[in-house]
Amino acid sequence: MSASLLAIEDLSVSFHTPEGVARAVDGVSFGLDRGDSVGIVGESGCGKSVTSLSILRLIPSPPGVIESGRIRFEDRNLLELDPEDMRKIRGRDISMIFQEPMTSLNPVLPIGRQVAEPLMIHKGLTTAQALAEAAQWLDRVKIPAVRKRLGDYPHQLSGGMRQRVMIAMAMVCGPTLLIADEPTTALDVTIQAQILSLMVGLKEESGMALLLITHNLGVVAQMASRVVVMYAGQVVEEAAVADLFERPFHPYTHGLLRSMPRLGGRGGGRTERLREIPGIVPAITETLPGCRFAERCPHVFDLCRQNPPGLFAIREGQRARCFLKDYPERRRNDA
Amino acid sequence: MLRYLTQKLITLALLLFLVSITVFSVLFVLPGDPAQIILGVNATPESLATLRADLGLDKSFMGQYGDWVAHLLTGQSQPSIHYKMPVSELILSRLTVTGPMALLAMLFAVAISLPFGIYAARNQNRPGDVTVMFFTQLGLATPEFWFGILLILLFSVQLGWFSAGGFPGWRVDFWGSLRALLLPAFALGVIRASILTRLTRSSMLEVLGEDYVRTARAKGLTERTVVYVHALRNALIPVLTIMGLQLGQLLAGAIIIENVYFLPGLGRLVFSAIGQRDLPVVRDIVLFMAAAVMLVNFVVDLAYAFVDPRIKLK
Ligand SMILES: Nc1ncnc2c1ncn2[C@@H]1O[C@H](COP(=O)(O)OP(=O)(O)O)[C@@H](O)[C@H]1O
Ligand SMILES: [Mg+2]
Repeated sequence: MSASLLAIEDLSVSFHTPEGVARAVDGVSFGLDRGDSVGIVGESGCGKSVTSLSILRLIPSPPGVIESGRIRFEDRNLLELDPEDMRKIRGRDISMIFQEPMTSLNPVLPIGRQVAEPLMIHKGLTTAQALAEAAQWLDRVKIPAVRKRLGDYPHQLSGGMRQRVMIAMAMVCGPTLLIADEPTTALDVTIQAQILSLMVGLKEESGMALLLITHNLGVVAQMASRVVVMYAGQVVEEAAVADLFERPFHPYTHGLLRSMPRLGGRGGGRTERLREIPGIVPAITETLPGCRFAERCPHVFDLCRQNPPGLFAIREGQRARCFLKDYPERRRNDA
Repeated sequence: MLRYLTQKLITLALLLFLVSITVFSVLFVLPGDPAQIILGVNATPESLATLRADLGLDKSFMGQYGDWVAHLLTGQSQPSIHYKMPVSELILSRLTVTGPMALLAMLFAVAISLPFGIYAARNQNRPGDVTVMFFTQLGLATPEFWFGILLILLFSVQLGWFSAGGFPGWRVDFWGSLRALLLPAFALGVIRASILTRLTRSSMLEVLGEDYVRTARAKGLTERTVVYVHALRNALIPVLTIMGLQLGQLLAGAIIIENVYFLPGLGRLVFSAIGQRDLPVVRDIVLFMAAAVMLVNFVVDLAYAFVDPRIKLK
């Protein structure tokens, strides 16, 4: 019996828009163990949010369609559950925090009530009991003067405070998996650090698993034990955090690491110049015969444009979608 | 709150003042001599002159305006030329027909438009939505009086469930009076429901795509709670504005429907008063209508503040 909590297998999601069918997620597979924390990184638009929303089956439909795949959570395939069973998992076993704290809370309902709702629906608590427990949780996420604030509305709180409310709301039922979709992207840098350390603390106390979506590799280094790198709807590399930072395989991962701003380089405290990856992501409505990264890849050779590479095992626990695995001599050292 | 109220009252007074000047000027230059209309074409110049003096029509513009305002400020409006009774009494008695009819019509409009608007939004572009949209389109294109006549033909002539018009009076026959208002209110309500349904649908569609609705689903709320608690309150905000406008307009009287159903309402009063050049009636009713619209807007403001905590009454 494995400790695996969540296994996404060959997930594909499309959006049927007037401009054509966009394959936002294309054959994504990865897993998450109980209590583990996995980060998903990749540029904006690569399918991170769509992947995470698929787990809770919250893809807007239409236009979104989950074309194929399995999402096994504990011992059930979430994609085959009837809507009522799926609803009971949401907010109780799997919770989610979103990127935009400004728009993710309902503007016309008091925050106390919004945090209390999952307790009422999943645990059958009365309003008074649920509000009392919600107050405890708001206190744990360090909302000051909680008792007075239960009746406050979201517009009366700052962005950081709202994200704390979102976290409390996600935590009240003690989920086994928390999905956080860029929880700090919309916040000030100082607030970001506070929110991240709050999440680390809650995770350690509760033992829940964490799926953290971000485009910030620094956040991943701090929070996750494994990393999934996505590019244009596909997983291009997956590795333990240490391996990814020390021995990245995929040229795209190399590019991401190099585009990370780093403090205290050889220049003595100066920020190293940010290197961007040249070129743009192909439109996901196009179907390319070869590797999706080919046009931007410094090591590209003829095979890359003809066949799509599979995910090759690089070493124990590390996979990469790149032909360099079989043709290491093609890797150019000057790039 | 107190500041808000005073502010509203001052605005109301100012508006009424402007409306009174405008109405008075328009009626002043309106062709047609009330004295001539009252006495007929064969009246002698002398009798005409006497009547004009009686009615104060021989005074200057400012003199006549002053007379009117003085009456209003002392709370006793001038008598109607035709009905020989104070206009305020006239308006009040007509309002007992128009007021309940307007409220009943809005009740119908809301009871029809909210469920159908929500249903259409939740089934966007599916057959149910297309059907609802088709009927709202039909409703928008249907003239009120024609629909009113259709209802009479069906429910009064064919089925005999309602009388074909008239109004017994609340004191004489309460239930009969209510019955007499049902069909005209329904006709008014259905036509207004067309706009409200479309508005509810589009507002609901927008709200259903909001992040907080996704949050509501992500915490495992039932679809009912998501739609009727989390989405609806937000979706209602723009709909309330139009409901307020419609109610204000209905309180001002529905001339055509009142004529179709022979109802002694405000609309018919002002309509006949214009024909009879019963100027005191026309002026006071117009002023009353302006006040009614302001009052409804005020109620809508209160409703806004109740639904949307971001709005503070200032
Ligand atoms: N509601 C939608 N309708 C159409 N396309 C969508 C929708 N949501 C996402 N997509 C497409 O799916 C792709 C992946 O989006 P997303 O998962 O949000 O990216 P990110 O990695 O930045 O979270 C994008 O190219 C986007 O255009
Ligand atoms: Mg995203």
